[in-house]
Amino acid sequence: MSDHTVKSYDDDLASLKQMLAQMGGLAEEQLANAIDAIAKRDTKLADRVIAGDEKIDALEHQIEEKSILTIAKRQPMAQDLRQIIVAIRISADLERIGDLAKNTAKRTHAISEQMPRKLVSGLTRMGNLAQEQLKNILDAYARNDADKAILVWRSDEDIDALYNSIFRELLTYMMEDPRMIGPCTHLLFGTKNMERIGDHTTNIAENIYFLVHGKAITEERPKKDSTSTTNYNLTT
Amino acid sequence: MDASTRTPTLSHNPRILAERETKIVAHDVNVYYGEKHAIKDLSIDIPDRAVSAFIGPSGCGKSTFLRSINRMNDTIPSCRVTGDILVDGKNIYDRDLDVVQLRARVGMVFQKPNPFPKSIFENVAYGPRIHGIAKSKADLEEIVVSSLKKASLFDEVKDRLDHSGTSLSGGQQQRLCIARAIAVNPEIILMDEPCSALDPIASARIEELIDEIRQNYCIIIVTHSMQQAARVSQLTAFFHLGDLVEFGDTDEMFTTPKDKRTQDYITGRFG
Repeated sequence: MSDHTVKSYDDDLASLKQMLAQMGGLAEEQLANAIDAIAKRDTKLADRVIAGDEKIDALEHQIEEKSILTIAKRQPMAQDLRQIIVAIRISADLERIGDLAKNTAKRTHAISEQMPRKLVSGLTRMGNLAQEQLKNILDAYARNDADKAILVWRSDEDIDALYNSIFRELLTYMMEDPRMIGPCTHLLFGTKNMERIGDHTTNIAENIYFLVHGKAITEERPKKDSTSTTNYNLTT
Repeated sequence: MDASTRTPTLSHNPRILAERETKIVAHDVNVYYGEKHAIKDLSIDIPDRAVSAFIGPSGCGKSTFLRSINRMNDTIPSCRVTGDILVDGKNIYDRDLDVVQLRARVGMVFQKPNPFPKSIFENVAYGPRIHGIAKSKADLEEIVVSSLKKASLFDEVKDRLDHSGTSLSGGQQQRLCIARAIAVNPEIILMDEPCSALDPIASARIEELIDEIRQNYCIIIVTHSMQQAARVSQLTAFFHLGDLVEFGDTDEMFTTPKDKRTQDYITGRFG
């Protein structure tokens, strides 16, 4: 798109986009470290993730302030206005992703050394998938690529499907050995966090689509997460 | 540019046109000032009982078209209008049409408030008197009062109707001009940048006034303030270099315009 007659307006919008890119980069890093920390039970790394969340929160505030100021100063219209509204919304999703990464990292402290390594592999796999989705959606945002955003949006069902299978797997471990209930519950929360990160990623995808096309995605998103409605009978 | 690219984007099949009766139909209108081709093959339907806003950069033809609707352009010797402009189905450029009668039906409010150098009362009474609308003195007084009330000016001037119209503030003068336009019972009110000489508060009062009276008139407003067009109108038409580029429901014109030129203009990216 061509430039605004008032050059500093372009600077305002560019700096919003740049702050969001920075926030996205931080969220990606936090997520990667959180997965690493829990997989290796590296409590030092986990602590770094926990402390690092502040930076994401601070950026969210900066984006919000910049957005409000830009609206007040420029009275943006059409795509410019969407650009700002979408920046506010995406920053909220990234902030939540940061929180979920932090929460996952925290659980490193709770699961002890004696837990068999294979238990974590499900969480790692989901984490990697969520990470990839996040990376792709941030790319799509940087390039205003609604088609790529749709692809990411559709592929959230992969995360949901994986979540279902891990959910069952962890339940099985718990039924086999009640001593595993503690760590497995933490892992279950961890995987749920990854599933939620996937949901926030699809929110971002919807916002990119709205930014580009000025309307909401109309198709129904395929959902494969059935854990909330599944009845598990422990006596069988 | 050939005629096909000049067809305006009927951006969203305006809802407003489906909901209201059409008051003005322009068909293949061309306006020339001497050699200058100011309006090119313009066709548009304008609804009754709604506000239509014309926006576009200076020299785009929006004021020219506005002035064609009550034949104000007749006063410019080099100006030539071709095509049809119909009000209630009647071509206003027909030879048998009485221009004075037309201008009573199509009122106009200008950029700079231009009250007559007469009393506030006389400013409003002038039109009804020359058009023979008032049957008696009492009738005339009633028309003046009700017009001033409709223009939300009455309360501010009721104790000094004999004062000169020019003694009022800019915003009051503009509302006086609106009262004057309303006094002859027009069906259409044309407003050519009615707020550009006013401060924000006076502008807001005019906008409020437009909003109050739009149920009863076909109002067309030319404005350079995009925000104002977005606030007061239900239908927006974007003009550029003599072409009607796009028109549609205001809500959609300012959020999801279809034509790139419209988008560039409303977001401040033009030229």
